Amino acid sequence: MPDITARLRAVVEKIAAKPVPQDPDESLFESGLLDSFMLPDLVSALEDEFTVKIPDSDLNPRKFDSLTRMEAYLSK
Amino acid sequence: MSSYLHAFGAWLPERVVSNAELAERLGCTAEWIESSSGIRERRWADDQTGVVEMAERAATTCLATEGVPGSQIGLVILASGSAPAGFPAPGAALAARLGLGTTPVIDLPMASSGSLFGIALASQLAETYGDVLVIASEKMSSIIQAHPLDRNTAMLFGDGAAAVLVSKRRGPWEILDYALHSDGQFSSDLSYDGSSALRMNGLSVILQAARKLPGAIQEVLERAKIPAADVSAFLLHQANQNLLVRVAKALGILPDRIFSNIARYGNTSSASMLIAAAEWVDQAPESGPVVFAAFGAGFHWGALLAARR
Repeated sequence: MPDITARLRAVVEKIAAKPVPQDPDESLFESGLLDSFMLPDLVSALEDEFTVKIPDSDLNPRKFDSLTRMEAYLSK
Repeated sequence: MSSYLHAFGAWLPERVVSNAELAERLGCTAEWIESSSGIRERRWADDQTGVVEMAERAATTCLATEGVPGSQIGLVILASGSAPAGFPAPGAALAARLGLGTTPVIDLPMASSGSLFGIALASQLAETYGDVLVIASEKMSSIIQAHPLDRNTAMLFGDGAAAVLVSKRRGPWEILDYALHSDGQFSSDLSYDGSSALRMNGLSVILQAARKLPGAIQEVLERAKIPAADVSAFLLHQANQNLLVRVAKALGILPDRIFSNIARYGNTSSASMLIAAAEWVDQAPESGPVVFAAFGAGFHWGALLAARR
């Protein structure tokens, strides 16, 4: 099983259809890799990949802004 | 006791503001506006035309279409998120312009979802008040032009008004059910306080709306045991064409099943769902369920199910 960072990178690359920046702290949205309408897809893909249900109260875009932030959220 | 939707009516300002005109002021391209939102143009009202004047014209059209005099109206509900701050809210002035005497009025200061909440409220109050006139009127151009134009919000919004008559009298569409929700956890992500510029965290709004709109629609459809594929029309708040497409995908239907006129009018906030209905009604099928849905600042959101009778 790949580690969580590799799995996150694969999820984001599938949504963006582009390579993900090497820096895990880089904002996926400010960098232009993802746009606002890809965010709902990203959250759904994370739920599928990690078999979790992300509650509406956790739908804060900052939690999904970078690989590091997603890993921190999913590791809770 | 059942309630029914009767006639719709809409009014749009004459002045068309194209993407090309706006793009020059915003420092972007017309193509970027259209690809980001699906909007090609919107209408902006002149300085003499405010929320009350637009509401009056939409209401007059609605009453004329229904063929009933204003004296038959037992209650008015006016939704507007863009009316000038302070009191009184615009409803009483609207009723006076319509010549409704002392007919009671309820103002709903709710952007985007106000017309949906207004119809739901009317469906309950019709038992007591008889014919209820629900109107949504928005002059969003006054909000976005009151401060330096922000590219991400100024491109979206247009002005307009629309109305629907709700009554316990039997009419074309029976209101079967509705689901309304509010959650203030993210209230600052879409807000306007009357003094500083409109604030919109687009990422948050889209993320929440993309989940909550389909959720509310599925809530009413599941209760009625109606598959989304069997719905004859989806009449949604016209927020952004890309969002409408995403809602369709979540419901498992083709995007063209969701009525859209956002290319011509932009996002007219609470008026948009009723403007869409007023245009759709001319092509409405003779049977089948119809779903209304909206999501907006608050956040407030919901869906309403009606069926042709």
